[in-house]
Amino acid sequence: MRFSLYRYAAPSTFYHLAGRLTPWFGWAAGILAVLGLYIGFFVAPTDFQQGEAYRIIFIHVPAAWMSMFIYLVIAFWSAIGLAFNTRLSFMLARALAPTGAMFAFMSLWTGAFWGKPMWGAWWVWDARLTSSLILFFLYVGIMALWSAIDDPRRGDKAGALLALVGAINVPIIYFSVKWWNTLHQGASVKPSGTSMDEVMLAGMLIMAFAAWFYAIATAFYRVRDIILERERHTEWAKEILEK
Amino acid sequence: MIGVLLTVIRRDLRLAARRKGDWLTSQFFFVMVVSMFPLGIGPDPEMLRRVAPGIVWVAALLASLLSLSRLFADDHRDGSLEQMLLSPHPAVLVTLGKAIAHWLIYGIPLLLIAPVLGLQFALPPEAIGVLMLSLAIGTPILSLLGGVGAALTLGLRGGGVLLTLLILPLYVPALIFGAGAVDGALSGMGAESHLSLLAAFLVVSLLVSPWVTAAGLRVSIE
Repeated sequence: MRFSLYRYAAPSTFYHLAGRLTPWFGWAAGILAVLGLYIGFFVAPTDFQQGEAYRIIFIHVPAAWMSMFIYLVIAFWSAIGLAFNTRLSFMLARALAPTGAMFAFMSLWTGAFWGKPMWGAWWVWDARLTSSLILFFLYVGIMALWSAIDDPRRGDKAGALLALVGAINVPIIYFSVKWWNTLHQGASVKPSGTSMDEVMLAGMLIMAFAAWFYAIATAFYRVRDIILERERHTEWAKEILEK
Repeated sequence: MIGVLLTVIRRDLRLAARRKGDWLTSQFFFVMVVSMFPLGIGPDPEMLRRVAPGIVWVAALLASLLSLSRLFADDHRDGSLEQMLLSPHPAVLVTLGKAIAHWLIYGIPLLLIAPVLGLQFALPPEAIGVLMLSLAIGTPILSLLGGVGAALTLGLRGGGVLLTLLILPLYVPALIFGAGAVDGALSGMGAESHLSLLAAFLVVSLLVSPWVTAAGLRVSIE
């Protein structure tokens, strides 16, 4: 039999695949997080400007990255779902949103902890903070729309359309807010080299992978619930539910 | 094509003319929200002048959302929306026509009321002119983007509040450039850059929104 990736587009096969993969991603996330936090808090040198307080970046930056990345992934699966009418894409988008919102909230929260000693304020209306806040609002809007629509098919498509409009709007919002006000330090990690110590960078990248695997694990865990709920009338789902 | 568009616009204008109460509610909402701010923050003309652009713009966003929740609701209830979508004409013409009609009915009055509010907030004449211009470019954006939200929340419980949650974040660029233009005029930095960006955002909304609105209506009605 020829191996085909499309096979996993069927919720019934993906249910079992996700079930097998979830523990792997979960454990990988846990181990990497412990390793990354150890490097971040005990191995990485103290920053010569910001002292010890900079260490929040080991959580803050991966959370901020993931909050943006997950929104793009949601928009991607929404586009696939709308174009090919694949049910699993919408389910994945739904499963990802709470994790994305959690990361967006976490980046705001840890940013406030960092801002207090650095800028002397919990919150400033800086471009990056403001656009993260608006990204969080976008997550809230999508999840509110999903929860208001009882019919899953309609909810899937409505949420997907909103996610796509949001994705078009995100860069516009980002630049409009950027021109509006800028106080946040420039990005330390750029494609062309970095202004960071290597150990710090390693710790941060490890934490980024931990956040990534965590997002995959939680999304798979959630998507299994969504699949079972949607497929509860089918034979295979009934068998699992009766166990 | 143009004929269908004009028919949709003319129909909505006539319906609005026969229901003046709805129309006036939205305008008075705008005036009242703006008038509450001096009562809340004090009558100092210097401070009022500084906050006026933002307040007028935020009130315009809220007033447009208030009327947008009914953009498709009445036609949906009596079944005429379904007939429009079943017709052989592209649904984009219907959604574009409805957005234009919404702007004519609810957007233009906002920009005509704005000078009076500007005087209340001690704005100088040049700034009032820029405020009107920014509203003239910006309010069509509100009607276009809001149409997307109105289509997606059609017939849902708590549709009005939900519409606000969905659409307000998308309005952010319009708010920043619109209020920024007036700020630029007040501070002497000039309003052109903000107005150009606002116009660019209008073009993007015009290119994207009617199609998404049409797709959203299909999803909500099927």
